[in-house]
Amino acid sequence: METLISILVGILVTVAVYLLLSRNLIRVILGTAVLSHAAHLLLITMGGLKKGSAPLLGEGAESYTDALPQALILTAIVISFAVTALLLVLAYRTYKKTATDDLQALRGFEDE
Amino acid sequence: MLTITLSIFIPFLAAIFIPFLYKRIGRHIGWFVIIVPIALFILLASFIPSIANGETYEHTIRWIDSAGIHFTTYLDGLSLIFGLLITGVGSLVILYSIFYLSERESLGRFYVYLLLFMGAMLGVVFSDNLMVLYVFWELTSISSFLLIAFWYHRKKSRYGAQKSMLITVSGGIAMLAGFLMLQFLTGSFSVREIIATIGQYTDEPLFLFAMLLVLLGAFTKSAQFPFHIWLPDAMEAPTPVSAYLHSATMVKAGIYLVARFTPIFGTEMSWLYIVSGGGIFTLFWGSFNAVKQTDLKALLAYSTISQLGLIMSLIGLGSAALNQGADANSILYAQATFAALFHLVNHSTFKGALFMVVGIVDHELGTRDIRRLGGLMAFMPVTFTIALIGSFSMAGLPPFNGFLSKEMFFDALVNARNFDLFDASTIGILFLVVAWIASVFTFVYSMIIVFQTFFGELHIEKLEKQSTREASIGMLIAPSILAVLVVGIFFFPNIIGNYLLRPAMNAVYPTLAGAEGLAPKIYAWHGFESVALWMTVGVVVVGTILYKTLRYWKGIYTVAPMKWSLDSVYNALLETLENGSSFLTRFYMRGYLKDYLVYIFSFFIVSVGAAILLTGSYSFDFSNNAPISLNEYLIVFAMIVAAISILLVKSRKTAMILNGVLGYSIAFLFVVFRAPDLALTQAVVETVTTALFLLAFYFLPEWKKEDSPIRTKVFNGLIAISVGTIVTVLALTVQGNKMFESISSYFEDSYNLAGGKNIVNTILGDFRAFDTMLEVVVLFIAGIGVYTLIKLKVQKEGRDYED
Amino acid sequence: MKINDVILQTVTKIVVFIILTFGIELFLAGHNSPGGGFIGGLVLSSAFVLLYLVHDIETVRKGIPFDFKKIAAIGAFLAVGTGIGAVLFGEEFLTQAFDYFDLPVFGETELSTVMLFEAGVALTVVGVVVTIISTISEDV
Repeated sequence: METLISILVGILVTVAVYLLLSRNLIRVILGTAVLSHAAHLLLITMGGLKKGSAPLLGEGAESYTDALPQALILTAIVISFAVTALLLVLAYRTYKKTATDDLQALRGFEDE
Repeated sequence: MLTITLSIFIPFLAAIFIPFLYKRIGRHIGWFVIIVPIALFILLASFIPSIANGETYEHTIRWIDSAGIHFTTYLDGLSLIFGLLITGVGSLVILYSIFYLSERESLGRFYVYLLLFMGAMLGVVFSDNLMVLYVFWELTSISSFLLIAFWYHRKKSRYGAQKSMLITVSGGIAMLAGFLMLQFLTGSFSVREIIATIGQYTDEPLFLFAMLLVLLGAFTKSAQFPFHIWLPDAMEAPTPVSAYLHSATMVKAGIYLVARFTPIFGTEMSWLYIVSGGGIFTLFWGSFNAVKQTDLKALLAYSTISQLGLIMSLIGLGSAALNQGADANSILYAQATFAALFHLVNHSTFKGALFMVVGIVDHELGTRDIRRLGGLMAFMPVTFTIALIGSFSMAGLPPFNGFLSKEMFFDALVNARNFDLFDASTIGILFLVVAWIASVFTFVYSMIIVFQTFFGELHIEKLEKQSTREASIGMLIAPSILAVLVVGIFFFPNIIGNYLLRPAMNAVYPTLAGAEGLAPKIYAWHGFESVALWMTVGVVVVGTILYKTLRYWKGIYTVAPMKWSLDSVYNALLETLENGSSFLTRFYMRGYLKDYLVYIFSFFIVSVGAAILLTGSYSFDFSNNAPISLNEYLIVFAMIVAAISILLVKSRKTAMILNGVLGYSIAFLFVVFRAPDLALTQAVVETVTTALFLLAFYFLPEWKKEDSPIRTKVFNGLIAISVGTIVTVLALTVQGNKMFESISSYFEDSYNLAGGKNIVNTILGDFRAFDTMLEVVVLFIAGIGVYTLIKLKVQKEGRDYED
Repeated sequence: MKINDVILQTVTKIVVFIILTFGIELFLAGHNSPGGGFIGGLVLSSAFVLLYLVHDIETVRKGIPFDFKKIAAIGAFLAVGTGIGAVLFGEEFLTQAFDYFDLPVFGETELSTVMLFEAGVALTVVGVVVTIISTISEDV
């Protein structure tokens, strides 16, 4: 399972990086969203998969899965949501101001 | 004593309340501000008797134990003199500025900066810990920057502020390096501990470097040659600021530092040479250049440079007392430092008064150019009297305090001829001659201030404001007090000598403390056989002749080499630096987001890839893998297909839905991985994110097909695949090399440790609550960011400043 | 074309209450079973987002007269405040305390300062998410 997820993470990262390198603002934002998906999967894989019961002591199980990556991911999910929201608004404002969503065209002036 | 620690913080605290007070009471704010320095002055003055009895006060707030940085304040004779100067002159300057600054100025800002400076300066002189001292030191540079640029719409103000900041702050950083070296040698940041142990380390090579670097800090701050060039440009500040920071207090921080460090470095021969040599040359250069100035403030700036050089050279000579060991003469040599401290106090009084006079002239007549001024005596009798007292004191004439310290200066130089280390016939004489010439120039420019401004004919048509009134009484109070002090100190010098200078001498010479004659009695009359007296007579005679013949020899200032100034060196240096850095920045900051991402990813590929390859750690171990069921295969397969399709689809909505597929699949995977909290969160977040994307799509255009050339696409693809591969290899490598035991078992005790059964949640809320708290803050900031990005429409601001 | 969304609106009225209850339940359960401040907050805010989608902004604003920016600010303040509270009691920053109490209706109940902290988290999440969605959709 770990190997499979690692490969999946690799593919997700590839897709994300390709999107990030493109010229279109929305593609770039989608890229960041995919990248955070990949990061979350990577984190939870690093803790070992299906090694025990869910980290709830009420279960009374013998062993529990690693709870630390889960806590980290929970934080990361919310942050990546906030970042996505901010990026979307930034893109929207940029488009409204400059009437373009092409990053090539958005380059700053030489004499600034 | 906690009182001293508090006295540093009171100005800062007051500064916080100024903006609120200013809103309520407006232009009367100065009367509230002035309470602070007056109260602090009285507080510090109450320490005079006990300090004079040889007591010192220390208070420590422990701070960073591991680094040896503590908030230690230390009050002894030396810091007391400075503390009294800072608060005393501060009170007078604020009183003066209440009348000087028009109510249209942003007074709140002005007083905040001024209080900031006052607190920082008190911090410099009361701190015993070098790191704390350094922070306050730089804070004085920053507040000076803000005050010089107070009228920031003027180009010259900005130039002067930047110049002073660049020079003093780079000196400060050099000084920091010196401090770190001292700490490395002695293992302590405490000045007093360093003084106690430095004796064992004087032969270390670092010792000399530390000394040079600390001196660099002191010389830049105290405007010693060749770093003096910032001070004349700093005169763009409002005149009260010039009187306070750039003549009475901040520029003396360097002198304080040299005096404070004399017990540490004073035994070193080169210390004496550099400090006294640099000081003497600055004395000459400053006074020589002051004569040619036509702007009264610039003249005073050069005169300040020159006087600072004088004090600096005296402290340098005074360190001879430590060089000569327990020689009988050491007490005699130490008296140079006594003269230095005395002159320091005197200079603050007469120079402060002179600055205020120039401010009055500027304020009433709208110009400070001596070519347009003249004959002011007729309608400004009080101002004239103050100017006369200040200038004659500066020239070293009786019955003013400058005469006393100038005589002591000559005495110290005469004594210096006896140093074993000086070749009496060459260097000793050279010092004496240079100092005498400098004093002649000092006499000349002092006369210029008095006679060219107040005597001669009044050309009212040349003035900006055609008024012929004396300044308001309020503005005359502060300089009058200083003028009274100038005369008072001449007649009762030993009050200062006994109560302030003697304890300060004990602080500078801990090894000689309490010795007979370390703080001599000050006499105005030494008898006709005194060399110093005849030198003064010579200064007056030659000075008068030179002043009378000024117009005939002024030509030497226009001789070619004189025009080539240090300022042009500074400007050229700055321009080269700016051009160089902008060239360098433009070389890689291309302005394309893609380029920056390529840098980041290439670095990632090269560094991580190389690390994995070179260390040969890419061992894979699949034995611990969890089993996979069929539906998990299906999900992963679906995710792979969805991910790759994102790259190919034509419509952005499809792409977004595919991203949603990824998100919900991950939520499902979280269920499989026994992470119920994550699954829930992921599902909800995915929903809200999708709603967000849809909202944004409403406003954004449909995406166009990428029309990049095939070459670019291949390049991007290669980078993407490399990054993906490395991430996979990295993940597998980590799986294959378990180097540490997992720390997670600790958290499984969460019910006892944090009273919760949901381990993930106890980590979030208790074990690592700091992360969560900061996350909440980040989330909040993002929310505010979104709100402001949409709601806030930037208004076009008028450019009301000069380019 | 005018879409008839009476059914949607009626269903929403019920569903929103179910979601809100579920959100609060998740928030309260968080200490011992799945749930907690983040999820609780997110579920609560999704209820509000649903309201915004079904009704127009003005109607929702009349019904729920909160300023969600302020809610976010209160939440962030609460989360940081519990940390400072610990300092005031002489503990390290953000130390949480808990104990068990015998309350009349609930029996033995655990009360913990984590609850306050989590409440801060939840309020921030609700405030920020709703602020983001509503400001974007308002700016037409």
